[in-house]
Amino acid sequence: MSSQAALLPGRRPAPSYVEDVIRTSMVLTMFWGVIAFTVGVVIAAQLVWPQLSFDNEHLTFGRLRPLHTSAAIFAFGGTALIGTAFHIVQRTCRARLFGGAPLGWFILLGYQFFILTAAIGYLTGVTQGKEYAEPEWYADAWLTVVWVAFLIAYLGTVLKREEPHIYVANWFYLAFIVTIAMLHIVNNLAMPVSFGGAKSYGAWAGVQDAMIQWWYGHNAVGFFLTAAFLGMMYYFIPKAANRPVYSYRLSIVHFWSLVFMYIWAGPHHLHYTSLPDWAQTLGMVFSVMLWMPSWGGMINGLMTLSGAWDKLRTDPGLRFSVTAVGFYGMATFEGPVMSIKAVNSLSHYTDWTIGHVHSGALGWVAFIVFGTMYYLVPRLWGRTTMWSTRLIGWHYWIATVGIVLYITSMWVSGIMQGLMWRAYDELGFLQYSFVESVAAMHPFYAIRMLGGLFFLSGGLLMAFNMWRTVRSQPETVGTDGRTVFAA
Amino acid sequence: MPTKIEKDAITGRDTTGHEWDGVKELNTPLPTWWVYTFYACIVFAVVYAVLYPSWPWLSGHTTGLLGYTNRTQLTQDLGEQAKGRFKFVDRIRTASFEDIRKDPELFNFALAGGRSAFQTSCVQCHGAGGAGSKGFPTLVDDDWLWGGKIDQIYRTIQFGIRNTNDNSRQTMMPRFGADQLMTAAQVAAVTDHVLSLSGKGKSTPEGAKLFQDQCAACHQATGKGNQEMGAPDLTDGIWLYGGDRDSVYRTIFYARNGSMPAWSERLDPATMKMLALYVHALGGGK
Ligand code: HEM
Ligand code: HEM
Repeated sequence: MSSQAALLPGRRPAPSYVEDVIRTSMVLTMFWGVIAFTVGVVIAAQLVWPQLSFDNEHLTFGRLRPLHTSAAIFAFGGTALIGTAFHIVQRTCRARLFGGAPLGWFILLGYQFFILTAAIGYLTGVTQGKEYAEPEWYADAWLTVVWVAFLIAYLGTVLKREEPHIYVANWFYLAFIVTIAMLHIVNNLAMPVSFGGAKSYGAWAGVQDAMIQWWYGHNAVGFFLTAAFLGMMYYFIPKAANRPVYSYRLSIVHFWSLVFMYIWAGPHHLHYTSLPDWAQTLGMVFSVMLWMPSWGGMINGLMTLSGAWDKLRTDPGLRFSVTAVGFYGMATFEGPVMSIKAVNSLSHYTDWTIGHVHSGALGWVAFIVFGTMYYLVPRLWGRTTMWSTRLIGWHYWIATVGIVLYITSMWVSGIMQGLMWRAYDELGFLQYSFVESVAAMHPFYAIRMLGGLFFLSGGLLMAFNMWRTVRSQPETVGTDGRTVFAA
Repeated sequence: MPTKIEKDAITGRDTTGHEWDGVKELNTPLPTWWVYTFYACIVFAVVYAVLYPSWPWLSGHTTGLLGYTNRTQLTQDLGEQAKGRFKFVDRIRTASFEDIRKDPELFNFALAGGRSAFQTSCVQCHGAGGAGSKGFPTLVDDDWLWGGKIDQIYRTIQFGIRNTNDNSRQTMMPRFGADQLMTAAQVAAVTDHVLSLSGKGKSTPEGAKLFQDQCAACHQATGKGNQEMGAPDLTDGIWLYGGDRDSVYRTIFYARNGSMPAWSERLDPATMKMLALYVHALGGGK
């Protein structure tokens, strides 16, 4: 279609886009995905068989867990976001990336360097002890540099766009980049003990520290794992389905209500703690109000398929994206429910939260990335399709079974845990000890690990499929010998 | 792209007239159910914020019409559970162990309460059901370090063993090898003697003599131990740190001197009494 647009009278042909950076980002995303899922399976197995840390400090659950969360969110998710951000901003602005390939490479590779620095820290026991913000000051400082470069490249491209309007996907990516910058800097303000050492002391203390940490943590969910991937959805679903976006008005209203509400919802991670009651109330009510703004995105994603539902039968890549939107709807219904204090008093500290996290992380984040890559990879390398469409179908079903095993086992285990902890016998004594609840979770941990194995196997199929696609003979080669984007 | 509004053939809706890389948007109005559900959530939020503590100002916050705080709710919830326990707990605090045991209803309550407290505070070391583990004695047999009568058990629970509490049970076994009170060969000889006391291996005259000189003061000449001193019986084949030659050798060479907290610093008397009754009833009480 873009080629048609390019041929309309009076329009300059589209500029040459930076693409090598994007191709590399796709390969790295696949790589990090496999790592993240593998480490996920390893820590899931450690919860079934604690001996699996082999009495080696580097392999303990406490060090591998942040490795898993960062590999999944920041390495796998983040690299996919950087690549797709570059792709989308250039094409929907009809402008070459601001700063060109050099800035693009700096951002992508600089970000990879951050990930490696952080990961080495985790394994060697260097941590700030803040969830999702574990890296110490030197890694944080470097990420700040990379992130500002990211903002400059993105904003610069938007500013020099040829299109009169800014496409909705770009609003979401921009909200993501700007907000993450703010969250990252404020939450990580710290004074290094020495410039030669890794240790630092955070600027915040006590309950303020907890509040800022979860203001950060929740909005990492809201702007990293939600807003940015909504941007991905807003471009790739209409492209893959070849249908117009369902509702422009809905996209405006749900964008602004989403970014406005999310920022206030952090306290729902600190219910029934020493955080003042008033903050807990506000965290809860803003989370409840967040339900419809979240579903606005789901409606727009799903309804864009009206008139193209039959494509789901033939395009398993699109099936991934659409299922992702379904899981997004589920997680953003579950979230507001869990933020209600009475519910949270049962769910907090239990595996229910872990189940919720992974219905978002596997069902939404990973699936939308899979769907996007199955669309983008063949086009980036000038192929008409992936090497094997059947393999995509297999990946879809294996991964879906994996998610179902993961989420359902965590629901059962989480609710059971919560009920056991609060159970009193008829004489008014606590009925179970903590260890008894741990023992009761054992079978569900095994089921979760099995689910993870399914999910990982699907990821390996995808990596194989991608490798074969990239290695196969290109069908369209430009005159200069470079592959050409066939949109 | 210049603005060009089109009609979408499938839905019959107009587009907004914009296009980006081939992507267009329909001008569909907001779904009504979506708008009303959103309003309903906002109404819920406002009402909730009026009823509960919510808006902050410089020196405080609105307290809400219901007067709710987390703390009052917690006190209420705990009180609810305590209500059932109160009348029993009062009687347990005042009654003697003898009287409690004579009253089946009260005794039954004490066992349940003891079990509950045991699961919270004791299982970490003594294991589920008091089965014990290396270094932490089993509480289900009738082999006691500091005495298995109910008063003795109660005292151990109250003040603990080798901790900083003034009334803690103290006594230290010397580190015979590490502090060079004996040579390694002498420790080995005593080890053989100690093992022979429970019928394992053979003693030597040197080992027997060393034992009488150095160990009998606490463990008795017969090795039967002394509960006044917390000195274990070495003849019964029950070992806290293992009964193989190497473990016993290490015990004599380095000593062990395990410790237990003084629970009177953390638990109320009624709970400790229930714990004593529970532990006593696990099987080995005297
Ligand atoms: C309207 C949207 C959402 C709301 C209101 C919401 C609410 C919540 C609540 C109440 C918790 C439990 C806090 C606790 O008890 O500790 C939670 C945890 C979490 N949610 Fe959501 N959620 C939403 C959507 C999502 C989505 C889409 C994702 C992922 C893509 C996600 C990822 C997480 C994560 C990672 C945690 C765990 C945080 C931690 O304790 O480490 N949430 N969320
Ligand atoms: C094969 C797939 C995966 C498996 C087997 C897996 C397994 C696990 C396990 C065992 C934990 C620790 C739970 C606990 O502490 O009780 C965990 C935590 C977490 N995982 Fe995964 N995971 C997988 C994929 C992912 C992906 C793709 C993401 C994100 C995109 C992700 C994000 C997280 C997060 C945010 C947490 C922390 C949750 C919290 O603290 O509440 N995981 N995962």
